[in-house]
Amino acid sequence: MSGELTPTHSPQGTGASFIEQVKQAQPALAPVAHPWLACFRAEGMERFAKAGLPTTRNEAWKFTSLRGLDKLTLSPAPDAKSVPVDAIPTALEAPGPRLVFIGGQFRADLSRTQGLPDGVLLDALSAQMATDPQGLADRMEGLLARFPGADHPMRSLNAAFLADGALLHVPAGVKLAQPVELVFLAPPGVAAAWHPRLLVLVEDGAEATIVEHHAGQPGAAYLSNIAADVAVGTGARLHHYKIQREGTDAFHIATLNTHLADASTYDTFVLNLGARLARHEARQVLGGEKIEARVSGAYAIGGDQVSDITTLIDHAKPNCTSREVVKGVIDGKARGVFQGKIIVRPDAQKTDGYQLNRALLLSETSEINSKPELEIYADDVKCSHGATAGELDEDQMFYLRARGVPRDVARVMLIGAFLDEAMDEIIDEQVRAYFRAAAAAWMGTERA
Amino acid sequence: MAATEQTIEQVRNLAEAKYKYGFFTDIEAETAPKGLSEEIVRFISAKKGEPEWLLEWRLKAYRHWLTMEEPDWAKLHYPPIDYQDSYYYSAPKTTPGPKSLDEVDPELLKTYEKLGIPLKEQAILAGVEGAGDSPSIAVDAVFDSVSVATTFKKKLEEKGIIFCSISEAVQNHPELVRQYLGSVVPYSDNYFATLNCAVFTDGSFVYIPKGVRSPMELSTYFRINAKNTGQFERTLIIADEGSYVSYLEGCTAPQRDENQLHAAVVELVALDDATIKYSTVQNWYPGDENGKGGIYNFVTKRAACRGRNSKVSWTQVETGSAITWKYPSCILQGDNSVGEFYSVAITNNMQQADTGTKMIHIGKNTRSTIISKGISAGKAQNTYRGLVRILPKAQNARNFTQCDSLLIGDKCGAHTVPYIESKNRTARVEHEATTAKISEDQLFYCRQRGLSEEDAVGLIVNGFCKEVLKELPMEFAVEAQKLVAISLEGSVG
Repeated sequence: MSGELTPTHSPQGTGASFIEQVKQAQPALAPVAHPWLACFRAEGMERFAKAGLPTTRNEAWKFTSLRGLDKLTLSPAPDAKSVPVDAIPTALEAPGPRLVFIGGQFRADLSRTQGLPDGVLLDALSAQMATDPQGLADRMEGLLARFPGADHPMRSLNAAFLADGALLHVPAGVKLAQPVELVFLAPPGVAAAWHPRLLVLVEDGAEATIVEHHAGQPGAAYLSNIAADVAVGTGARLHHYKIQREGTDAFHIATLNTHLADASTYDTFVLNLGARLARHEARQVLGGEKIEARVSGAYAIGGDQVSDITTLIDHAKPNCTSREVVKGVIDGKARGVFQGKIIVRPDAQKTDGYQLNRALLLSETSEINSKPELEIYADDVKCSHGATAGELDEDQMFYLRARGVPRDVARVMLIGAFLDEAMDEIIDEQVRAYFRAAAAAWMGTERA
Repeated sequence: MAATEQTIEQVRNLAEAKYKYGFFTDIEAETAPKGLSEEIVRFISAKKGEPEWLLEWRLKAYRHWLTMEEPDWAKLHYPPIDYQDSYYYSAPKTTPGPKSLDEVDPELLKTYEKLGIPLKEQAILAGVEGAGDSPSIAVDAVFDSVSVATTFKKKLEEKGIIFCSISEAVQNHPELVRQYLGSVVPYSDNYFATLNCAVFTDGSFVYIPKGVRSPMELSTYFRINAKNTGQFERTLIIADEGSYVSYLEGCTAPQRDENQLHAAVVELVALDDATIKYSTVQNWYPGDENGKGGIYNFVTKRAACRGRNSKVSWTQVETGSAITWKYPSCILQGDNSVGEFYSVAITNNMQQADTGTKMIHIGKNTRSTIISKGISAGKAQNTYRGLVRILPKAQNARNFTQCDSLLIGDKCGAHTVPYIESKNRTARVEHEATTAKISEDQLFYCRQRGLSEEDAVGLIVNGFCKEVLKELPMEFAVEAQKLVAISLEGSVG
């Protein structure tokens, strides 16, 4: 029974030049004193060098080629402190706690961690490495133990460069009133690679909301390679949203592992607008009973962008519900990729799984590749998926035009309505409104 | 015996036996030495008196095969196959191309009688009431490696239809064979198809001339009999402009403890305005409850809808085989061409099936429909794997796909792996899939009305499959319905 998104990687994988650059860059990292963390890096490097970059011959990467990475000439990331920042994106009217990273490095002066309830830990990994490396190692070890066999070349690469990232630890029973924002900005004009790590622990009965922002400018071919490990405790609730607006020359690769315990709720949504190549790969392990997992997303792309949303919803225990709605709008020569797999393991009776994937092709040269997949080993289940691809409905267009709505306006209305079906999955109202506005802005620039 | 009585008799027989085709016919056979080599390829070709170009083609395939690796992407598990431990040619000794049925070994005729396949020309296959005396079906019977008889040849010839074994076609219609053989499934296509190109021994050949509607169903009945033999048949059907043909395929094998390999290739070519309807009831020996024995069914079936307005419809009922690896596909080249795929795949006990279809939309206004019903019981694994690809020039292409899976018991698995690739915005692709178990309410309803649990399951499953079964020609529909119930025997209670 295969539970992996990326089961095997040929050792002779492509990307020789990229791997070489990576090998050369690693020794320049500031050393870590803590043995576990040092070992974590070394093992990551070893695994990545062995696996290489995944190729399209690998089933999990069939539709998304990382060959572009091999053509990059990476320079070292500049010192984050010297990068001027004029605006920090926020989804909130009254910004709350946040961590800001420039080129993967923490900027304490732009961050806010005051005013959190007692016991809540929100800090940069670089700071934790200096102040409490043992605590960090313990947390990481505990998190990683929840995902046995979750080997992934891009995660190994991330591990090899473990230097910074965000840690949020919400103790049992604590409810965060305000969303926590994690902002990752690319320094303008720098073709570098950074590998931030996200560690999120929401303990039993706790509640939190996270909003990730990833943004950059066009003109630089940088790589942002994020790995996240998330654990949601018994009866806990986590809302986890992400908006990705990297520069249109950038590579954005995010690999998330989320473990859910009994009766927890996980509500996650990703909005992909930027990057030349964006891959959001999320694996949810429903490791308890009565879990509600909502794993949705949307993307709107044009030019020669590629947006890949790959998800695995792994029902390991009975009586859980999962729901997934992913919608995409594709213009220009862009290509959308959706790979969504639902596994129902032999134990997971009474599973209710629903998945919908729809793509709207706006141009002659746009393309969609969709692979919704069900792998079911239990009989008392209700699972379904649907997938469609097509263009704007001419009847709907005619309806609006007949009522005097100009074509351009009608088009924006219809595309907006199309994406709204996915956006409606976002539970947090403020975030939903913000994401909608971001998609509307995309339509404004794309169709102008 | 009147047709109706025969039907009743046969259906009763079907219902009684679990796998009633498990018998073995003791018949003298001529067999090639065990193993696979260039010599064997040459032996087969020489045996068939083939022209040089065909031998060259076989050898090209064989040499290419040596460089290939067995595919492992399907959700199937089986021990490695020893390709040297099998016979690649086995033919009943008495039949080097019998001139008429009278010359066919009576043992063979008896075998087919037992299987319910009429080789006597006045016979009518069960299931059609009131079909009267007009023949509704012509049969080509393939026994191990060779075709032993083809019925109603004369009647078909009157219409210009060529229906014969492919070996005969190579001799009598080499220009047609040479033009079309390998034109849909090239020799380098995939591991099993390439192997087939090298060692195929027989199969059926059909050519329907321009504007002709075949007056009867054409059918091939495949029987594996000899021990340790692989069956590698090749079917080629060409429907010329404006023609129509409905073709049926059935297959059985004796009950044996070891696994036997069946690697067939089927190529269909539909020219302008032509229609081919291809139906399969696959009932190879599935192995016993513990997964011992059974046929490995690795089959490549592909149709080229080359002409405008051409249409190919695949219907398959897959109940047999230890392993099924099969993806009947349509290449929709001609504008307005239509591809259909209706499938029922039933796996019980330790059976494994990885089956589905590919619809490649190339021409404008091409349409495809995929209806797949997977039923998994016992400890079986049943996978639907399909591809719908819309190429940039396929303006206004349409696809609708529906895959439903039914699980009976908590030890089996049902999986759905569709690939959807669209490069044309005017194309509309829709895919739906569901997985569920037999509804308790439906079972209760049937049980309350006095049906046994097994009958109730049979009834419900037949209902579940109805959309597909109704696509089968009458001759097969009756048998298929019964087969559905039999295949699931022992899966409940």
